[in-house]
Amino acid sequence: MPAQPMLKRTPLYEAHKALGAKMVEFGGWEMPVQYEGILAEHKAVRDDAGVFDVSHMGEVVFRGPRAREAVQRLVTNDVGKLIDGKALYTVMCYPDGGVVDDCIVYRRGAEDLLVVVNASNIDKDFAWMASETAAIAPPTNESDRWGLLAVQGPRAAALVGKLAEADLAHTVASFGLATARIGGVEVTCARTGYTGEDGFEIFVAAPAARAVWDAVIGAGAKPCGLGARDTLRLEARLPLYGNDIDQTTTPLEAGLGWVVKLENDFIGRDALAKQKAAGVTRKLVGFVMKGRGIARHDYAIHTPPGHDPAGAIVGKVTSGAPGPTVGVAVGLGYVPVALSAPGTVLEIDCRGKRVPAEVVAGPFYRRAKA
Amino acid sequence: MSSDYPEDLKYTKEHEWARVDGKVATIGITRFAVEQLGDITQVDLPKEGETVRKNDVIGSVESVKAVSDVYAPLSGKVLKVNTPLGDSPEYLSDDPYDEGWMVQLELTNEAELGELMDAAAYADFVAEQEDH
Repeated sequence: MPAQPMLKRTPLYEAHKALGAKMVEFGGWEMPVQYEGILAEHKAVRDDAGVFDVSHMGEVVFRGPRAREAVQRLVTNDVGKLIDGKALYTVMCYPDGGVVDDCIVYRRGAEDLLVVVNASNIDKDFAWMASETAAIAPPTNESDRWGLLAVQGPRAAALVGKLAEADLAHTVASFGLATARIGGVEVTCARTGYTGEDGFEIFVAAPAARAVWDAVIGAGAKPCGLGARDTLRLEARLPLYGNDIDQTTTPLEAGLGWVVKLENDFIGRDALAKQKAAGVTRKLVGFVMKGRGIARHDYAIHTPPGHDPAGAIVGKVTSGAPGPTVGVAVGLGYVPVALSAPGTVLEIDCRGKRVPAEVVAGPFYRRAKA
Repeated sequence: MSSDYPEDLKYTKEHEWARVDGKVATIGITRFAVEQLGDITQVDLPKEGETVRKNDVIGSVESVKAVSDVYAPLSGKVLKVNTPLGDSPEYLSDDPYDEGWMVQLELTNEAELGELMDAAAYADFVAEQEDH
């Protein structure tokens, strides 16, 4: 047996075991992939409220008078437009425009910016962030200090507000954050998530994470694993680092041009300005399967019959799964710009069987506005 | 748990089962396989009349997370396939040994039966897998 590197565990590991979760390795962490089942958990988030342990995600903090300058050097979005108590989604790029990671920047104060990064990238990201900002405002890696719970679903905001004895659903807007107390524990509630639903992500000191987790479940949120998190984010067409974006793709190719603000100076700006001026040659598209078959990561995308050249491999699937709420199998993949228009029919090689798939615009699932 | 692996069936290391009646074997996948797969969303089966050899891929099972091949545990000719599984893959999760059967084969090499495990040997094999 090859030596298994020691997997990291979140402060909620024992809680997952007690709930009978099926645990899997994810980015170096031992995480729950499901409790009752992916479909039941997916449905709970779409219809009611679910809670995910996302304590494995990384927290990198920039403090001091030059904190904002340091973060702006790293990210493509406009940190200057953030006010206290607001957050924004962004990516960090290398000088060539490839993506280091996608992340959310939370402005807790003018001199206190929190950047939440993907679990599997913590070490790589922190090394990058620290080396690139050493002369401005070096960050601290607080990832091990924090538990993070994502409470998501149409009932999530009310549920968290009730536990906090505060009307958070009305006082905290989308991408806003506020401090609160849940069962005597101090928390920060951010109106962010990765499911396409409303909800809060709750930051809590690691030793108190279990108390908050138990309170949220006691209030009726269903424990949900990484399996449902993946189908939920895919239906909402939210990219997953390592699948849909990575250092070989740029945010412009990935359809994330809306987080690239070229009027600022940041690492990768010049490469992205050049790519924007020249136009991208490939694009990340969403597609729905038009025949029997489910596209999976790495399956080849071919041109359709009648196309010249017919049947050529033109790209790869980066994410694919059944869409439990939308009722069809969906996926994402990179294709040449000429084949990226909505309505274009492609073919996916599903283990030797060519299955037609149609390019569609926008998220596969969009929640009804309240 | 004996009910998870009925005594009258034969098993493979790829987690298929076979119920043998004379020259005809009914084939499916085990409770253990179903639980490993999680929510099953699509089942693909071979065509009636096809000839398959032991260890050939005869179908696939798609769950929300992944896809798995189904291998022929024995050689033979496909007599019948459980076509309702195409529209109702949940039969497989709910009742893998009856409603969830996949294929019926007319055996062409009965000597292969000796290579399959009985329920006790399969239960031991699964226990070993779970330890890893």
